[in-house]
Formats: sequence, C-alpha cells, structure tokens
Amino acid sequence: MTDAPTDDQTVLPLKADSDVVRVRQLVRDVATAVRLSLVDQTKLVTAASELARNTLVYGGGGEARVRRLTQGTSVGVEVVFSDDGPGIADTDLALTDGWTSGNGLGLGLSGTRRLVDDFHLDTAPGAGTTVTIAKWRR
Amino acid sequence: MERIPILRIGEMLLVSIQVDLQDHTALMLQDDLSNRIVETGAKGVLIDISALEIVDSFIGRMISTTAAVSRVLDAETVVVGMQPAVAITLVELGLTLSGVRTALDVDRGLRMLRDSVEFPVVERGVTPDDGRAD
Repeated sequence: MTDAPTDDQTVLPLKADSDVVRVRQLVRDVATAVRLSLVDQTKLVTAASELARNTLVYGGGGEARVRRLTQGTSVGVEVVFSDDGPGIADTDLALTDGWTSGNGLGLGLSGTRRLVDDFHLDTAPGAGTTVTIAKWRR
Repeated sequence: MERIPILRIGEMLLVSIQVDLQDHTALMLQDDLSNRIVETGAKGVLIDISALEIVDSFIGRMISTTAAVSRVLDAETVVVGMQPAVAITLVELGLTLSGVRTALDVDRGLRMLRDSVEFPVVERGVTPDDGRAD
C-alpha cells in the first residue's frame, strides 16, 4: 500500500463480462497517460483482466478503482478490486503457483502477482476480497 | 451480440480477431470454429491475433482448447501475429500455449498450414513404395 496523495480515481462496476473489457480499457488509458512502457502496460492490463474476472466469477461481482499514483518523483498506476463474496480462507495456498479453486479459470493469483510491482491481498472467509495492485514507471 | 467472422479459403479457415475479446465472445468463437471445421472439412485453421493487445489466461485457454479440438477434428491450427509484449506477459503469467503452433505472420502461418495439409505426416520410415513386392 502507498500513502501517496489520492489523485482522481475512477470507479467501475464489475457486474458483467463487458465490464472486464471496460476495466482493461481504462487501465490501459491511465497506464498510457503515465507513460509506462508498452511491456509494462501490457503486464498491468493483463493482471487487471485476471483480477477483474476473479472479482466477477469468485466474488460474485464488485468494483474496480483505478488511479494514478505519485510518490516523490515516481509515478504509477494503482488498481483496487473489491467484492463482498465468500473471501479466501487460505491465502498462502491461493498464492501458490498453479493453484486454482477448481473450475480452472485463471492461473490463480500467483501468476498475476508476477506481472505487477505491488500486490496486496486483503481477505477473510465471509468478509469479501480486496486485491490492490500497482505498477510504477521505470 | 459480437461474433468473430470465420473466412473459408480453400481447405483453410481464417480468423482475425480485431476486437477486445469478451469471455463469451471467445467461447462462441471456439464453438463456431469447431462447427465450421466439421461443416467444411477444413484441414487448417489460422488465427491472427496481431490486433490483440493482451492475451490473458482465459483467451490463452481458448486458444489452446481450439487447437486441441481442431486436432481431434483432423485440422491443424496455427496462431499468428502475437505482439512481443503479449508474448513476454504470457510467459511471465505462466502460460506457454503448449501444443499450439505459432508463426510470426499470416504469410508464414499459411505456408506452415499448406505444408502440413499437402505433406501430411507419414509414419516414420514408411514410404508409399515400401512393402511393394518386387
């Protein structure tokens, strides 16, 4: 997490398939605006796509908040995914490479974590899930 | 509802994905392709993803499944045009698209497919002349 001053953030709902595409497009726009490299943009957008789908499929829907980060001379993009779904009981297991909850959507969270600079998972059974990711300009 | 067009050229089916793929559009394409292979008896499928800005695990799985299904239906699939940034991201994410043939561009992909259609893999060491009584 970062204590950077809050720039304008955009909140998008995640209720349907088409919302995942919308989140990808918004993340791409913000990543382009802070001038992340093309590879870093692609990694961030891909990570956002994975997490947006998780929010929709496992969390039963929720929202994504996208904002620009500034910390000293560094700039980056933060995306927060939150849902009020069942939560994750064993976060260590959920972050293990190759783990999926069974229906085999996605590569679990571990693959997604490798694509970003900051990754924070906040969840508990019955308390929903919030995943915060960030990518900084090099 | 969005649908990806499938073009038939001789014994090949050609698909060029030009939109940001929603999950259900990807699944529909997978179904449509399988049906078209059976309807047309196509021997090759070429999927152009040069316009795709990302391939996440869902789209990656769609590509792998499509290649596997077409193989079972006696057709070869070649995926062409993946952007370098997409390739780097895919591998880092942990997806290697194993079992999927790839080519850099449509030209090379078509050549690859033609070769495999015109010169299908024969059993090693067996030529048409073998076994002929002399």
